[in-house]
Formats: sequence, C-alpha cells, structure tokens
Amino acid sequence: MSIDKATAAHVAKLARIKVEDDALPALAEEFNTILGFIEQLNEVDIEGVEPMTSVTPMRLKRREDVVTDGNMQDKVLSNAPDAREGFFAVPKVVE
Amino acid sequence: MSDLSKLTIAEARDKLRGGEVSSVELTKACLTEIDAADALNAFVHKTPEIALKQAEHADTRIAEGDAPSMCGIPLGIKDLFCTRGVPSQAASKILDGFRPEYESTVTNRLFDAGAVMLGKLNMDEFAMGSSNETSTYGNAVNPWRRGNDDTSLTPGGSSGGSASAVAADLCLAATGTDTGGSIRQPAAFVGITGLKPTYGRVSRWGIIAFASSLDQAGPMCKSVRDCAIMLGAMAGHDPKDSTSADLAVPDFEAALTGDIKGKKIGIPKEYRMDGMPSEIEKLWADGAEMLKDAGAQIVDISLPHTKYALPAYYVIAPAEASSNLARYDGVRYGRRAHLAQGDGVTEMYEKTRAEGFGHEVQRRVMVGTYVLSAGFYDAYYNRARRVRTLIKRDFELAFADGIDAILTPATPSAAFGLGEMSDSDPVQMYLNDVFTVTVNLAGLPGIAVPAGVDGKGLPLGLQLIGRPWEEADLLNTAFALENAAGFVSKPGKWW
Repeated sequence: MSIDKATAAHVAKLARIKVEDDALPALAEEFNTILGFIEQLNEVDIEGVEPMTSVTPMRLKRREDVVTDGNMQDKVLSNAPDAREGFFAVPKVVE
Repeated sequence: MSDLSKLTIAEARDKLRGGEVSSVELTKACLTEIDAADALNAFVHKTPEIALKQAEHADTRIAEGDAPSMCGIPLGIKDLFCTRGVPSQAASKILDGFRPEYESTVTNRLFDAGAVMLGKLNMDEFAMGSSNETSTYGNAVNPWRRGNDDTSLTPGGSSGGSASAVAADLCLAATGTDTGGSIRQPAAFVGITGLKPTYGRVSRWGIIAFASSLDQAGPMCKSVRDCAIMLGAMAGHDPKDSTSADLAVPDFEAALTGDIKGKKIGIPKEYRMDGMPSEIEKLWADGAEMLKDAGAQIVDISLPHTKYALPAYYVIAPAEASSNLARYDGVRYGRRAHLAQGDGVTEMYEKTRAEGFGHEVQRRVMVGTYVLSAGFYDAYYNRARRVRTLIKRDFELAFADGIDAILTPATPSAAFGLGEMSDSDPVQMYLNDVFTVTVNLAGLPGIAVPAGVDGKGLPLGLQLIGRPWEEADLLNTAFALENAAGFVSKPGKWW
C-alpha cells in the first residue's frame, strides 16, 4: 500500500493539520517509510488471537453517578486563548 | 560550591533526619547548580520561590520528627506533569502559556510527602522522540562527552532533561515518563537508574497524555535504592485514573536485600540483534555473569514476537496520540494561530495545529489518523493490537516457566551526537527503543541500571524486566546488579 500526494492531503485534512501543497510529496514519502516498516506485522499469524483491550486484566472501577466537582468557570476559562462573557470564543461557525 | 546536590535521596534523607543539613541548604545548593548549568538546557522553567517555600515547610516537618523519606528532597519535574500555576507544556509550542489550575496526582503525592520542586525539565515534544531534539525549548544536552571530544551528545529521550539534570547533579532525582523507553533509554545514556513501573502502578492523572495504554511515570535517580524510595511516594491507587490499580504499595526499599540466590534470570535470544556493537554484547554477557556470581541461575529463553514490537508500537502509539492530541484545538488552552480575515473554525484548527505542533508530532498524529481511518482500521490498528497480545503472551509463558526477571541491554548504542540522526529516516530513530518498547506493550516493570562504559568513556546500561506488580523483587535484582557492576563514573564538569 503506497500513499500518494492526494492521500497525504486527505490524512492531513482528517487530522486538522494544515500542510502546504509543496510539502505533501515529502510527507507522503515519510508515511511510506513508516508504513513500510509497519508492513512487517503482516508476517505474524494472528489467527484466533484477540486484540488487546487492556494490558492488565482488570475491570474498570465504577463509582456513583454523581457530580463530584464543578462551579469553577473562571478556572476552566483561565487558559483559553479567547474567552468572553464566560464562554470560549471561536471564529463565526454559523453564517 | 558544595557537594550537597551530589547526594542520593537515601543519603540526604539520613542527613536531614540527623540534623546535619537542612532542606533549605540542600535546595539552595541545587538552585546554584541549576543556574550554572544553562548549557545543559535541562531545566526549562525554574521555580526557586516554590522550592524554597516547600523546603522551609519540609524543614519544619523534619524538626517535628514525622517526615516521610522524600521530605525535603529537591527534585526536577518533567514538563509533561501538570503543576499548578507553573508552565506545563509538554515541550510543545501549542501549550505556550498554559498554566494548569490543578496538580497531577504524582506531583501531588510527592509534595504531600514533602518533596521540593526545583523546576520543570526539558523533554521531547509530547514525549515523542528518543533524543530530546523535538523540544520547543531546544535540545537538552548530555553532561557526558566522548573523552576530550567536545561534540554535544544527546541525553536521550523523551525524558532527556530529567536524565541530564540527575546525571549532572542539578537535583537529587527527577520524575520521568515512559511510553516506549523514555525513562530507560535516557537513564542508560547518562549513567543513572530509571524505573518504568507496571502499567497501572502510578496514576496518569494530570500527566499530559501521549499513548494512554502505554504511558507510565516513574523515578529517575542516582541509585536503585533511590528508585525504590521515590516509587513508594509516587505509586498508589487513584480514583481519578480508572486504569490505576487498587493494590497495596509495598515497602520497596525494604525489599533491597541484595540476595538473589536461586532467582532465575532469562536471557532472550531475540534481543541479540544483527550488528549489535561488541561493547553492548560484552556488557550484556558481563551482566549475566555478575548475576550468576550473586547466586542467580541464568536461563536462555525465547520471546519469539520481539521483532514485531516496534512496528506494533508505531501503529498503537500514533493511533492513541492522534486521539489524545485532538484536544489541542486552540480553543480551551494553549496557543491559537493568528487568523486571516474570513478564516472560520476549521482554518483555526488547521493553522493552530500546523503552527503549534512540531514536525515529529505532526507526523505521528497523521500516521495515527491514517491507521485509524475507515478501511485501514482492521489492517493496521486491530492487527497491531493482536500482535500486542502475542508479545505479552511471550512474557507470560517465560514467567510461567519460572523466570523471575529478564536481562537485556537497555539501548542498542551509547549516546549519539545531537544532530547525528537528523538525516536518517524516522525509523532509524525509532530503533533506539528496540529493547525497551516490548515492556510497554506488555505493561511490565522495567529498570535501566548503569553497568559500564564504552571505549570512549560513555555510560552503558542494562535493563531488567520483571513480573507484573513485582517491582519490589525487580528492584532487588537490580540492586544486586548495581552492587556487582559498581558503576561510579561521573561526567567531567565542562558546563
């Protein structure tokens, strides 16, 4: 499986990372190097082997479904690049 | 100039309790060393005010006679740990200016035990790297050099700042994190001891996530004993991390008897790689001999899926990173790109992430996005997770055969020069983790112990891998190896 320029552009779009057009061929080449390395996994017989979901066999803990914190709007917003009137501000989303 | 910063945790603890030295004196000695070591670029955010306040408080506790082992001990904290009110940006530009409103569980525990934070330590961006060359702060530098050659060497990565700071005696110990070898490889490159605990032993809460099923924090110290002491303070169940184990934390230090008679140590044949430097091979053989002399039984074992660990890792880790790093969107924290007139929310995401993430991080996020995308999920991601099951099974079978610990080299080479790998393809850099990455995939504890030097005088480390949750036994085997290896070399001070 070889990645071309168009696939690289599609992956960049999915990852929401702007990649300039002239950088795409080099990026595609890097992907191909890495994927070429990963291809080795095809040699392994995985018939009947379950995909690992948890490295330590344990059941995730449960807790009461109750509010455990809150009322800290100022703290939540304190690191925002743009916060106004108690909200995160972003460029216009809806026309 | 004092030698206080050269103390181990154990030595400092005894001097603090004996009233020979105060935490304030110890802390000031470290702060002086840090200010004189900017050439190492290890400490990237210094916190002297916090340190002195914590040290004064620790001295009060010690005077009251009820102080735990870590009380008054000055530490460096990897930039990946969120520390309240102090920059915590995973060495990434995208987190410029981020000051958490909360404290990570690990630093919280360490501070509750009385430890002192000297500052934040350099690392690879989002812990993605093996040479500390992907950091927004610039390279951290290894205090060791090749004899009289003044080439700057890497301290390894991703915990490169932690490694450099401990090896150069800027602090008594440091926190690190390890996703594929990021504690053990840098520890080996600078001649210190670094432990990656069993997955779930230490809470991940408040540690900036890279690959959540692999990430684990651990101590980077000047001795095995110090690792035992510091792990005791870091470990324990945390309701805020659902994967943290609800298991009692043993007294790791009490386990250090040095007696390993009858222990079975496995030597995995698959770790004998083609082109392995003869110095590494000799170190490994010497290490086995030392453990044998200490009464252990050396057994040849096979871990047949070893070869597939790195390729499996380079599917799983980027996949998890792609998901974890989706949160850096320029909205809630960190840095947002300057937008052009008419740019919408999508342009904001794309420009922010293009400007804020470095090259390696972008590459891994995109590889992860690709292997998780429709049509490739089974071929790559699910296949890698199945191979991971087999890698873990290799270890389970070895342990079921009565193996207590496994001895391997920690790294395939000594520290290399900064920039020396810049022309290689990314896979060449990934090979640094060839001996360490299996341990993360299997969730096991692993420790790097300095065991010798190469022909140019650079430190080399051995790795011991233990059974899950048996860090105490692993530390004891490492203690026996440390005693036998007698590694005491220190880098000559040039900075």
